[in-house]
This record gives sequence, C-alpha cells and structure tokens, in this order.
Amino acid sequence: MNRSTSSPTTEPRWLRRLLIGAALAFIAFFLLLPLAAVFVEALRHGLDAYLNALREPDALAALKLTLLVAGIAVPLNLVFGVSAAWLISKHDFRGKALLVTLIDLPFSVSPVVSGLVYVLVFGAQGWFGPWLIEHDIRIIFAVPGLVLATVFVTFPFVARELIPLMQEQGRDDELAALTLGASGFQTFLRVTLPNIRFGLLYGVLLCNARAIGEFGAVSVVSGHIRGLTNTLPLHVEILYNEYDFVSAFAVATLLAMLALLTLGLKALLEWRHGHQLAARARH
Amino acid sequence: MSAVLDLDTTTNAPPPASRARRVMPGFGLTLGYSVAWLSLIVLIPLAGVFIKTSELGFDGLLRVWTDARVLAALQLSFGTAFVAGAFNALAGTLVAWVLVRYEFPGRRMIDGLIDLPFALPTAVAGIALTALYAGNGWVGQWLTPLGIKVAYAPLGIIVALVFVGLPFVVRTLQPVLAEARVELEEAAATLGATRLQTLRKVLLPTLYPAMLTGFALAFARGVGEYGSVIFIAGNLPRVTEIAPLLIVIKLEEFDYAGATAVAAAMLLLSFVLLFAINLLQAFAARRAGRVR
Repeated sequence: MNRSTSSPTTEPRWLRRLLIGAALAFIAFFLLLPLAAVFVEALRHGLDAYLNALREPDALAALKLTLLVAGIAVPLNLVFGVSAAWLISKHDFRGKALLVTLIDLPFSVSPVVSGLVYVLVFGAQGWFGPWLIEHDIRIIFAVPGLVLATVFVTFPFVARELIPLMQEQGRDDELAALTLGASGFQTFLRVTLPNIRFGLLYGVLLCNARAIGEFGAVSVVSGHIRGLTNTLPLHVEILYNEYDFVSAFAVATLLAMLALLTLGLKALLEWRHGHQLAARARH
Repeated sequence: MSAVLDLDTTTNAPPPASRARRVMPGFGLTLGYSVAWLSLIVLIPLAGVFIKTSELGFDGLLRVWTDARVLAALQLSFGTAFVAGAFNALAGTLVAWVLVRYEFPGRRMIDGLIDLPFALPTAVAGIALTALYAGNGWVGQWLTPLGIKVAYAPLGIIVALVFVGLPFVVRTLQPVLAEARVELEEAAATLGATRLQTLRKVLLPTLYPAMLTGFALAFARGVGEYGSVIFIAGNLPRVTEIAPLLIVIKLEEFDYAGATAVAAAMLLLSFVLLFAINLLQAFAARRAGRVR
C-alpha cells in the first residue's frame, strides 16, 4: 500500500488512522466483548465450579447427542454436496439455475420454520403423525427429528462450496481420464477428488460448525427432554433459564472454543490452500 | 479479445450439451439422487407450510394475520432486522474498507474474526450479549444511568441482529473492494477531483450494489433469527416478542395452523422485500455501470 501521505488516491494519514481506529473499536465492541464475556462469566466462581458444570451427566449426554447428530447430518450433506456439484459443474441440462437456487433455499428460511416443517410432516397432527404413532416410530421429540432439522439447516453448505470450485476447474481433466479408459468412478476418485479435497474440507468445516451450533430448528423438534433430546445449545438455554448462569456459560465455552477452532482451521485452509478453494472463499 | 473469448468457452459456455453428456458419466445417477434428496428434505416439507396454511381458509388466515399480537411480532421482526441491516451496511462497509485498503498490525487476525458470528452458536451469542447489556452487565451498567435500556427492549434485539449480520456485509464487500480498479481513482485525481469527490462520485457508486446485497443478506437473516434474540429480547407479547418466537409459542400450544400462518406471512413478506431489493440493486448496478 502507498505509504506517502500526499498521494491523491489514498486518504491523509490522520484519516486512515481514524478509520482504522473506528473499525477496530466496532469489532472489539461487537465481536470480541461478547466472546470474552462467555469465558469470564463461566469462570466467575472459579475453575472448580467451571469443571464441575462440565462434568454434569446431563451436559455429557448433551455433548454426546450433539456429536451424534452432527456425525449423521454432516456425512449426509457431504454426499449430497458432491453429487449436486458433480451434476451442476460437469453436466448441462435445463433448469440448472433453478436447481442451484433451490439448493440455497434453506439459508433464506428462518431456523424456526425449518423445524416447523418437520413437525407438520411427522408431528402428532402431521401428515404421517397417526401412522407413526400406530407403528410406534418416534421422529419428532426424538433423535431422527433432530437429525432431519440439522440436515435441513446445513443443507447448502458443502454444495455451495464445491459448485463454484468445480465450475472453475472445468471438465478437461475428467475428459482426459475418460479418454484414457478410466471408468466414471475411477475418474471421480483419482482425478476429481484430489482436485476438490480442500474445498470439500472447507465446506465440511462450515457445515459441521453450523450443525453443532444450530438452535432454532433443533429447538422446535427436540421437546427439550433432559439427557435424551437435548443438544449442547439447547442445554445452554435450559441452564440459563434455570438461572444456573455459571453452568450455562461453562457449556457455552465448549461451543465457543469449537467456534474458535473452526475459525482457526478455516483461516489455515484459506492461507495454505487458498488457490484450491473456490474464488468466493478467498478474500 | 481472443483471450477473453477463450475464457468464456471454458468457464461459461462448455461444449454443446449433447456431446458433453454422452462422454461425462454419472448424469442420471447424480440428477436422480440430488433431486430426490432435495425434494425429500427441503421441497416437500416446505410445501407443507403452504398446504397447512390453505387449510385455514381465507377467513382463518386473515384472522391470524390481523391479530394484534401477530402484527406486532411481524412489525418488530422486520423493523429491527431493517435497522440492524442498515447499520451493518454502513459499519460493515467501513470494516471491509479498512481491511482491504489499509495495512495495520493484526489485520489477518481481525479478518479471520469477522466470521465469528457465523461460527459461534446463536444461543451462546444470545446469553453473552444479554450478560453484557443487562442492567448490571459490563456495558449495561454504564447505559442504565443514561436512561438507555438495551437488554429486554427492542434495542437489544437490534444489537443481537447487528452481531449476527455483520459478516454478511463485510464478506460481500471485500471482494468488490479488492477488485475495484485503482486506475479509476487515479484518473479522477488526475482530472482534478479531490479525494472526497473521487470517493463520492467514482468509488461509492460501484459499491452500492454490493452494499445492498450485504444489507439484503443481513436483513433476511435478521428477520428469521431466533437463538441470539430470545435471550436478550425479554419476549413480552406485543412489545419485544419476535415473529419466530410467536411461531414456537403457537406450536407449544398445539396451534399448528396458527404457527404455520405466521410462518407463511414471514416467507411471503421476506420474498416480496427481497424481490424489491433485487430490483433496487439492478437499478444501482445499471447506474454504477453508466458511471464507470
């Protein structure tokens, strides 16, 4: 950047400093302060109280359930993302733009509505409600409902990351492999996959962060049964509403640390493998 | 010119469909799987919202939509999302500008932190903001003597939505600012424009479309936001009760049709507003094109 103060295409030094200061103050106030508050509130009554809150059986059950739900939802969206990206980037067909728009749809729906739609389908008064009750299958207020709601809200993540990346890479590599006699599956495994692995990782990372942290959609379908259908974010809410603030913030630090880890890995991916990510992901 | 054409044929207009489809495998498989999964998970359940709403009939729908509590909740959700989006459009532009144009220590780290609201679960953000802005919180204790109430008031909802929406504006503007051609600013300066004139007449018009996109994304997210808001809002009916919360309350009362009607109103209103913003954006882009 031009460092001379009298350049006509940049601002005077005092103004630059003022703008940087204003932006940093804004970020410190709106981003860093809330983050710091989570840790300070969690440690308010010392380290022992903090660790005890994390050792609670209900907190551990919530942690296990959260990992289970994310562990099912993320691979499902991974498979869909790869399939949709292959379809959209390697083939031409009518209605492609519509398909891309529809894939993004879950991002523009309120999380609460994302949960509501499954209550309408599988809830006691829903389309399949009576049939499910008759056959003693529980979806709403049970783990399958949590997984469905999580799949819905994280639906576009992997596909969104891969589509621009694979479009950018074109089809020449795959066509060359096919010409040389590789099967379709071999081509994907040996040619496409190595090209997209970092983009894939990037998408999975973001998908996973959202899957673990999702609140609204999961809250609607969970029923808030302690130890059974409570994910970590829902457990934070219950503890908070019971005025058990130290425990609520202690569990929240787990989620905050995971968020920081996600940001760190994301920055690392952008820094080390930026050229292998979609243009949109590079800043 | 030929380079531009080459680029076009490889990225935008691949070889004719029939030829590519014959060679490239997996069309039927991926089309079938993607469309089936999309329909099962997203499209059919979403269609349920409109089918359930239609069960209410026109009168029933109108009764829900004109209910004072529903109207107040919709007004609050859309109003606070609008204010927070507008605030973010300005503050986010400043942040993006500083991150793209200036060098300063810690710039990379700050840049990475911008995505914190994407990564931090909304419930965590909600309780943290409430702790900060409550009457005895770090920030709240300074505002209370001044008579400013943030937590458990509409202002608190706006604060939460500013937190949640910031990355949308910054991440939309950064690439546009990075690609803005400095030559245009140099040309303006050579022609005798002051820096302020250059910014106002040359640079800013090219940023308006991106600012609008960022605003629209932050606004859309804000309208539907739930987790970060319900803790700080206070949730008093007709005063600080947002529309998504009203959906949850109606669901807990087993009023499925009522909940669905509110959801349908939110979806329709968002759609109309985003469509209007799109038109505005197209207009701004055309103007920017002319200026350029």
